[in-house]
Amino acid sequence: MNVTRRQTFVIGAGAVAFATLGASITPALSASDTEKIIADFIGGKEPVSGKVKLKTPEIAENGNTVPISFTVDSPMTEDNYVASVLVVAAGNPFPPVATFNFSAMSGKAEASTRIRLATTQDILAYAKMNDGSVFLDKKNVKVTIGGCGG
Amino acid sequence: MFTRRDFLQWAAVTASITGFSGSLTKVAAQQKLTQDDLLKFDSKGQVTLLHVTDIHGQLKPLYFRPPSENYGVGAFEGIPPHLVAEDFLKHFNIDNGTPLAYAHTMVDYVNMAKTYGRLGGLDRTATLIKAIRGDRGDDKVLLLDGGDTWQGSYTSLKTNGQDMVDCMAMLKPDAMVGHWEFTFGAERVLEIIDQMDYPFLAGNIVDNDFEEPVFESTKIFEKGGVKVAVIGQAMPYTPIANPRWMFPEWSFGIRPEVLQENVDKARAAGAEVVVLLSHNGFDVDQKLPTVVSGIDVILTGHTHDAVPEAIRIGTTLVLSSGSHGKFLGRIDLEIKGGKVVDYNSTLIPVFSDIIEADTEMAAKIDDVRAPYEAECQRVIGKSEGLLYRRGNFNGTWDDLICQGLIEERDAEISLSPGFRWGTTLLPGQDITIDDLYTQTSMNYPSVYRLEMTGETLNNILEDVCDNLFNKDPFLQQGGDMVRVGGMGYTVRPKEEIGSRISDMVHLKTGEPIEASKSYVVAGWASVNEGTQGPAIYDLMETYITRLKSIPQLENNTIKVVGM
Repeated sequence: MNVTRRQTFVIGAGAVAFATLGASITPALSASDTEKIIADFIGGKEPVSGKVKLKTPEIAENGNTVPISFTVDSPMTEDNYVASVLVVAAGNPFPPVATFNFSAMSGKAEASTRIRLATTQDILAYAKMNDGSVFLDKKNVKVTIGGCGG
Repeated sequence: MFTRRDFLQWAAVTASITGFSGSLTKVAAQQKLTQDDLLKFDSKGQVTLLHVTDIHGQLKPLYFRPPSENYGVGAFEGIPPHLVAEDFLKHFNIDNGTPLAYAHTMVDYVNMAKTYGRLGGLDRTATLIKAIRGDRGDDKVLLLDGGDTWQGSYTSLKTNGQDMVDCMAMLKPDAMVGHWEFTFGAERVLEIIDQMDYPFLAGNIVDNDFEEPVFESTKIFEKGGVKVAVIGQAMPYTPIANPRWMFPEWSFGIRPEVLQENVDKARAAGAEVVVLLSHNGFDVDQKLPTVVSGIDVILTGHTHDAVPEAIRIGTTLVLSSGSHGKFLGRIDLEIKGGKVVDYNSTLIPVFSDIIEADTEMAAKIDDVRAPYEAECQRVIGKSEGLLYRRGNFNGTWDDLICQGLIEERDAEISLSPGFRWGTTLLPGQDITIDDLYTQTSMNYPSVYRLEMTGETLNNILEDVCDNLFNKDPFLQQGGDMVRVGGMGYTVRPKEEIGSRISDMVHLKTGEPIEASKSYVVAGWASVNEGTQGPAIYDLMETYITRLKSIPQLENNTIKVVGM
C-alpha cells in the first residue's frame, strides 16, 4: 500500500488550511504498518520534544472534524529549515493523517487542518529538520458522547 | 474574605439559636438578622465588583438545597468547592444553625429552611445592588452577570428569555457572558444582544470556518480612577454539553492562548486590573491561573458553587457566587501602581424575608410574569418529602423524573441529565407548574425511547463520569453524573475512564446488566437534532398529576466507592 503518496502534500509559502483526508475506502492499517511509516519518517533518529508545537482542542466539539494546527520554530533559511512534518492520529483506523513538506522558501513551517477522530486518542506531530533531527509534540484529544453538562 | 467583625455579628445573631431544633420561629430569626447586617462590609480601595451568576431564570425567592456530595478528585480533593455539610462549616468557621450555615449547606435543611425562609428574588438583589452603589458611588461599582441567566423557568421558556432580559436590564449590569443562553439558538442570542445596553463578552468563541472571534472579548471600564478590563469567557464545552446544531457556526473551548493574548492586549491598553468574567466552572478556573498570567480576579460560575470568600491561586483571586440568585458576590479591590494590594470579598446571602424588595423591580417581575402567572401557580400535585436536584449522583427530583420516564414511556431503564439547575420543594409543599419547569425548562425537551445494549449504557456512564471526575479540570464539563432509573451501579470516582463503573444491575429483575443484551431506555435532553418524543415537562406533568402525592423518595441504588 502506497500510503505516503496519497498522504503527502507539498506546502507552499506560509500557512495553509485544507480539508480532512478521507480514509474510508482504505482498510485499517495495522499497528506495525503505522510504526513503519513513523520509522521511515524519522530515519533512525530519536524524536525529542521542543521546536514543534501542536495545537488541538482538549475535547473535540465534533469528532468528525477536529481542527488541529502546528507551528515549528525555525529560521527557515537554506542552512536551517523544517523539511517535513508527519501528523499521526494514533487511535484512528488509519493513523497517518498527512505529511507536510516544507523548504526554506516556505518562510515559516506551520499548517492547520481538520481531521476526523474515531475516539479519544493521542495526536502526534513529528517535525524533521533539514539536518535529519526530529522533534515531537503530542496532544491527547478527548472525543466524548456529550450532552449532560450544565 | 469574611471580616472577623461580620462573623462576630452573625455569630451574635445566632448565639440564641445554639442547640437549634426548629423551635425558633421565623419571626424571631428575622428580627435578629437585618438587611443592614447583610450589607455590612469592610470596604476597600477604589473598585467594587458585584457578581451574579447562574440565576437560571429565577426571578422569585426560592428554596435551594446545597448538595450533600460534591466530590473533587486529584489535586482538588477535599478543598473548596468540594466540601459539604460539616466539613464546609468547619473549613469556613461557620457555626451550625446560623443563617450562613443554612445558606451554604444542607445540614438540618428542612428545619433551617422553615426558619430562615427562601433566598433570592431579583427584587431583593436589586435592593442590595442599589444600596451598595449608593454607599460606594456608582463610579466605583461594576456589576457583572456570569451567565446562565435567560434559561430555567416557565416564563423564560415561553418568552424566549425575554422576561430575564427585561428584568436584568433594570439592574444595569456592565457586562455578561453565557452558556445556556446559546440554547435559545444563535439567531435569538444575537437578537437579544442587539437589545442590550451592555456588552455580551466571550473571547473564547470563534467561527468554525476561520476561527475568527464572534463576540467582543474585552471591555475596559474606568472605575474609581482605575482602568478595569473585563474579559468574558463563555462555557467552553457548550457545543458538547448542549446541542451544537443550535449554534452550528460557533466553536468554543477554553483557548488559554487566546485568553493570554486578550489579557496582554488589555494590559497594553492601560488596564490596571484584569477581571475574567467566566463560565468555566470552579475547578477549570482554579487551574486557569497556572497557565494564563496577568488575571487579577476570576468571577467564576457554571458549577453553581457558593464559596463564602475569594480563594487565591497565586496572585489571582477566584470568587464563585453560587446560583439561582441565592447570593450576591462582592469583591473590593485596592489598586496601587497597576497591582491589587488589598482586597475584601464576600457572598451576601439574599435572605428574601429580611431584605426589602425593590419596588420597581418587583413591579417589573409581576409585569413580565402576569400573562403566565395563573398557569405558573397551577397546582399539579404535592410533595410529601423533600424534592431537590443537586448531588453528584442523584437528587430526589431526578429520582422522580427517572421514575416518570420509565412509567410513562414503558421503559426498562431511564437516563436523566446531570443538570445542576432546579429548585427545592419542602415536605408538604404543593408542586406547581412553576416548580416543574424549574427542573425541565429547556428548548430540547423531547423524551426519546430506544434500545441500548448494556455495553452502550456502560459507555455512557463511563463517559459522563469522566466529564465529572477527570483529574484534569480542563477536561471537566461541569455537570453532575447522569441520573439513572431502573438500574443500579457501583462507581469509583478516583479510577480512570473505563474503570469507574461496575456492578450494573437491572433493578426490576435483580439480574446483572449484560453487555450484549438490549434494554429499552427512555431519556431526555438529547443533544442530537431531530430527537422524537413528548416534551419532558408534559410527560412529568401527566405523571405527577396521576400520582397526586409524591412520597419521600429514597435512592440506594448507587454505591460510591473510595471517596
